[in-house]
Amino acid sequence: MQLETVKKVKKPLLQVNDLKQYFPIKGGLFGRTVNHVKAVDGVSFDIYEGETVSIVGESGCGKSTTGRAILRLEEPTDGKVTFQDKDLLGLSKRKMRNMRKDLQVIFQDPYASLNPRQTVGRILEEALEILNVVPKKERPQRVKELLEQVGLQAEFADRFPHEFSGGQRQRIGIARALAVEPKLIICDEAVSALDVSVQAQILNLLKKLQRQYNLTYLFISHDLGVVRHISDRVIVMYLGRVVEIADKKSLFENPQHPYTKALLSAIPEASRKRKKERMILKGDVPSPIDPPTGCRFHTRCPLATEQCKVKTPEVRQVGPEHFVACDVI
Amino acid sequence: MNKQDQDVLVVKNLKTHFFTEDKVTKAVDGVDFKVKRGETLGIVGESGCGKSMTSLSIMRLVPSPPGKIVDGEILFKGENLLDKSEEEMRKVRGNEISMIFQEPMTSLNPVYTVGEQIAEAIRIHQNAGKKEAWNKAVDMLKLVGMPSPEKRAKQEPHELSGGMRQRVMIAIALACNPELLIADEPTTALDVTIQAQILDLLKKLQNELGTAIVMITHDLGVVAETCDKVAVMYAGKVVEYTDVDSLFENPKHPYTEGLLNSIPKLDEDVEELQAIRGSVPSPSDLPKGCLFAPRCPYARELCHQSLPDLTEMDGEIKVRCWMHTEEWKREDTPITNDKDQTDSDKGVTLYAAGNS
Ligand SMILES: Nc1ncnc2c1ncn2[C@@H]1O[C@H](COP(=O)(O)OP(=O)(O)OP(=O)(O)O)[C@@H](O)[C@H]1O
Ligand SMILES: Nc1ncnc2c1ncn2[C@@H]1O[C@H](COP(=O)(O)OP(=O)(O)OP(=O)(O)O)[C@@H](O)[C@H]1O
Ligand code: SF4
Ligand SMILES: [Mg+2]
Ligand SMILES: [Mg+2]
Repeated sequence: MQLETVKKVKKPLLQVNDLKQYFPIKGGLFGRTVNHVKAVDGVSFDIYEGETVSIVGESGCGKSTTGRAILRLEEPTDGKVTFQDKDLLGLSKRKMRNMRKDLQVIFQDPYASLNPRQTVGRILEEALEILNVVPKKERPQRVKELLEQVGLQAEFADRFPHEFSGGQRQRIGIARALAVEPKLIICDEAVSALDVSVQAQILNLLKKLQRQYNLTYLFISHDLGVVRHISDRVIVMYLGRVVEIADKKSLFENPQHPYTKALLSAIPEASRKRKKERMILKGDVPSPIDPPTGCRFHTRCPLATEQCKVKTPEVRQVGPEHFVACDVI
Repeated sequence: MNKQDQDVLVVKNLKTHFFTEDKVTKAVDGVDFKVKRGETLGIVGESGCGKSMTSLSIMRLVPSPPGKIVDGEILFKGENLLDKSEEEMRKVRGNEISMIFQEPMTSLNPVYTVGEQIAEAIRIHQNAGKKEAWNKAVDMLKLVGMPSPEKRAKQEPHELSGGMRQRVMIAIALACNPELLIADEPTTALDVTIQAQILDLLKKLQNELGTAIVMITHDLGVVAETCDKVAVMYAGKVVEYTDVDSLFENPKHPYTEGLLNSIPKLDEDVEELQAIRGSVPSPSDLPKGCLFAPRCPYARELCHQSLPDLTEMDGEIKVRCWMHTEEWKREDTPITNDKDQTDSDKGVTLYAAGNS
């Protein structure tokens, strides 16, 4: 399941090939592994320098697990992850830690990942310290710069995380990720917990920083409006697999996979202009422990044929930047 | 039937405050709206603006102490619920007014089957026998679109998915055919494809049963899909009460306008979103004039000095903003929040939240 654009001149910054992450389910008298959650089951995509690629899909489809597997926060079951020609899954634990300088992550809840007993200045200095990117003498100055870059006052360095609003804490999380001058930042639901007015501020900030530092983002979100705003390309996942990858325009204006179509039509739009036709899917998302055979979407798909129940669809190219895993369309 | 009778619920100047050690939190501090039979009213606003406390006030379920309804009227079919005894309120709750919460797991009993829980609601409110109530419970599950209702009725909540649990909650809430249903973020915890199913279901049931619905949400998309009227709340107050078309096409309050501009649109490309600068003030430390003045791009001196009333405009639209008053025409002080500062990045530096 290699996804390759025919003539790509640019080289990918990150390549993910047939990535699998199975979580064992223990059971029985001896706590043996009785089954697996196939959270990510053969996911492949590329990310080019300076672009934003988003992963969308419903809860439990494997978005976060994909991000975590790339960073090896969990050890993937199988597959290959290449970052700047380095095989990440083959690196020793220590070498992988050093890679964190280039690969950073921002989570949904910044509060949970900020030590409440440290001042913001200390939190940022620690980030600089661990990867030893800035000499000790220059660190306080660098902390000030970082705060200003994310739109906070330099004086805030002396305050503690609880003294900030949710949006401001997310800015601190971003400053910490930026501290080590990374190349790629994985944003896992980084704006999902924020109110819309503050969410807009943070999205603007992320875009500004991207332009400034030529950052590359892997943006994980279930909010398609946000995804459309921030992305260059979008990956749609369903039950651990990629169903469609396309540039933003193709995906939103000309979605191909029946699941993508259903997902897009289900979003309630904050506008009374266009009353689009609703395509309401029946039933729930099946369990990743015992996923449906063939195409995993066949149990809910309005177009499913007998073949869909048995044959896993190939990923086909349907446009210059447009790939879809469905045999029917 | 005259106009008055059609208003199932009229809330006037509702104020619910929390009294803790050294401070008063004005969680709800001037809420006005009405809901007609068969109509859906949306209450929207950002986290902490008082949406849930408004709905708990209507149900008279505000945790007390520290909370207390200190002012206002809640007229349900013309009678003020604030005058009722606890005994009388118990009859109203779950009978004439029902409520659905965001997280169904917290309001379902984990050790009873969902069928038993729906049947229980039917038995209490309709004086039905055991067998009859069970059969009705299964019928209700069918009505809310539960797959294999007979089988599901015998399962416990944890055996169901989030969407199915929310269907059970709706079945319980509608079991006694209430005249008013209050739904507090009923789909926020659900995936969009499941949300679409649930919103569709609520609309269908409303058409069949004529229920009035108060839909609490922070999602303006949900408002556009489901509501007829909308009350926009900011820091405990209703700042705009309007019909849903006017809300999206001609928002009157600068906060409503700001909210709409903040949302990334699905059919429009912009490089930068027009964010509202700063953040919501802490409800225990509110500015003295218009609560939105520190963030408002139109604010003048008057706005910082005194609080505007919720004023009726054309039709049923009401707005709490000086711009739409006579006083504004005489106001000649300059705009206080200069344009540069509305830049999202600079804006936020002006405020440190809360208890610093
Ligand atoms: N450590 C783990 N052990 C067992 N199962 C796991 C673990 N982490 C995730 N899973 C399962 O893997 C699947 C994918 O989870 P994941 O968190 O990647 O979903 P997601 O797409 O990020 O969803 P959400 O939108 O809810 O964040 C889920 O079924 C989840 O329950
Ligand atoms: N027990 C309490 N004691 C003191 N203040 C409280 C209490 N419960 C709620 N509040 C305050 O009342 C205000 C309104 O809360 P409410 O739950 O109504 O907000 P909301 O609009 O429903 O927000 P959300 O969208 O996050 O659900 C908040 O500022 C909250 O901190
Ligand atoms: S009263 Fe003044 S500050 Fe308040 S919303 Fe209106 S213009 Fe803005
Ligand atoms: Mg996730
Ligand atoms: Mg609430």
